[in-house]
Amino acid sequence: MSLLQLSHVHVCYGSVEVLHGIDLNVEEGEIVTILGANGAGKSTTLLSISGLVRPCEGEILFDGHNLLRMPSHKVVGLGIAQSPEGRRVFGVMSVLENLRLGAFCIHDRPRSERTLEWIFDLFPRLRERKEQLAGTLSGGEQQMLSIGRALMAEPRLLLLDEPSLGLAPLLVRSIFDTIRAINARGVTVLLVEQNARAALRLASRGYVLEVGHVVREDVATTLLADPGVRKAYLGG
Amino acid sequence: MEQFFQQLLNGLAVGGIYALVALGYTMVYGVMKLINFAHGDIFTIGAYLGLSLLVSCNIAGLLGPMAAVLSVFVMVALLTALVGYLLERVAYRPLRNAGRLSAVVSALGASIFFQNAVMLIYGARFYVYPDFLRPNFTVHLWGLDIPGIRLLVIGATVALMLALSAFIQRTRTGAAIRAVAIDPGAAQLMGINVDRIISLVFLIGPGLGGAAGLMVGIYYGQIDFTMGWSYGLKAFTAAILGGIGNIPGAMLGGLLLGVIEALAAGYVAMAWKDAIAFFVLILILIIRPTGILGERTADKL
Ligand SMILES: Nc1ncnc2c1ncn2[C@@H]1O[C@H](COP(=O)(O)OP(=O)(O)OP(=O)(O)O)[C@@H](O)[C@H]1O
Ligand SMILES: [Mg+2]
Repeated sequence: MSLLQLSHVHVCYGSVEVLHGIDLNVEEGEIVTILGANGAGKSTTLLSISGLVRPCEGEILFDGHNLLRMPSHKVVGLGIAQSPEGRRVFGVMSVLENLRLGAFCIHDRPRSERTLEWIFDLFPRLRERKEQLAGTLSGGEQQMLSIGRALMAEPRLLLLDEPSLGLAPLLVRSIFDTIRAINARGVTVLLVEQNARAALRLASRGYVLEVGHVVREDVATTLLADPGVRKAYLGG
Repeated sequence: MEQFFQQLLNGLAVGGIYALVALGYTMVYGVMKLINFAHGDIFTIGAYLGLSLLVSCNIAGLLGPMAAVLSVFVMVALLTALVGYLLERVAYRPLRNAGRLSAVVSALGASIFFQNAVMLIYGARFYVYPDFLRPNFTVHLWGLDIPGIRLLVIGATVALMLALSAFIQRTRTGAAIRAVAIDPGAAQLMGINVDRIISLVFLIGPGLGGAAGLMVGIYYGQIDFTMGWSYGLKAFTAAILGGIGNIPGAMLGGLLLGVIEALAAGYVAMAWKDAIAFFVLILILIIRPTGILGERTADKL
């Protein structure tokens, strides 16, 4: 059984349906990526897994639990954390406070301190700036904080929504290396990316989303070589 | 000079009370972006509940005045906290996704309901707090004769504010409250139960507001069912003055407004005392709509 399984997921914003029956699955230990143009419904998919938007139809199973009616704060407790689109760090709180809030569901303080050390090793910049207000960090640093904060929840499944958006090329490379390192620690990753080439190199499988439909699903190397995908998402 | 210091202390006492009430407005605004118009009436309820508990159960006879006031203080805070909790469950939670205007109308309705309930139960006359409850000692300090009650009110309001600050700044739950105020969606992604945080805020704010009502009863010795309107408006002004949604701002705004008012009453004219608050409100909205410590704009009310 897959770690995460979405079946026929429909999502409506008001009366407008934006996901028209998504099927998607993620196996334990994988990195899976979702590609798609602006407005295709990638963020909506991730938000519906975290319970921040409610599908009107379909099924979302995580490790045997049905997430469809589960309040979002309980989803985190099951082991799903998200670094959302736009980072959404708590700007007027310090880096350390942001990270500690990430561990809100973890009641084992010594273990959280060890997770914190691991995150500081992944992102040494965060250790240097731990007392600084999150809102005064650079965009790249905020991205690191957003990912670090999600990791503080000790997730089994990490949802990343465009972690490389707006970053300098050198930083993009380092964020992708970090995602690989996180995955090597046993965290399953579902990655939404505009930077399709880098995402497909990292991922084992990929889904292509077009206006609320999954139009392709394949192993990453196949998608990388596919002329249609190359033309639409990899710049020819 | 003597008059100046007396007015200053009086201003700090009244300002502390404004601050306690202002905290209720600002915390609710922080997590829900809603002005709880019924908050002033919860303050009134606190004053009346305090009076009823003090005179009807003979607590003062059993415990002595000091212990009676302290225990009634705790009881009033707990009861008004419960009123606040129920208010949110009944009047606001069902409208959470119904848009801002519906919630505002519901808030106004709740305010009218509470005010009339108090009037129907107690009648439309004013009540006098039992005199013997009022500590009537005087403290000689810096060559001044300071009424003990004044120092007690300042002490109690400051202690409550410090306790609240410590809770908000230093505890995990306090951090969760701040997180919900900044971004409820992101807070949910941390595993924070936003409904629980909102309930908690509707326990703390009304609890403090109700306690403030009791303090006014003891400090001035007289209450009436419209008191929530004037104190509510001043506390609301204080919250805007400090920056709505900002907790230290509400404390600062309350103390500042109390002192400005007291000094104006002492040096300008007593009759102008109540107009000062409105003058300050208008001035703030013109000069610095975000309030002293606020970064968010106040025009989103
Ligand atoms: N809160 C909302 N209310 C109404 N419509 C929304 C809302 N959020 C998203 N949408 C619409 O849903 C569709 C999918 O949006 P979504 O954010 O999931 O796309 P996306 O694939 O993440 O796009 P991008 O690459 O730009 O981030 C879009 O047409 C968008 O306009
Ligand atoms: Mg998106």
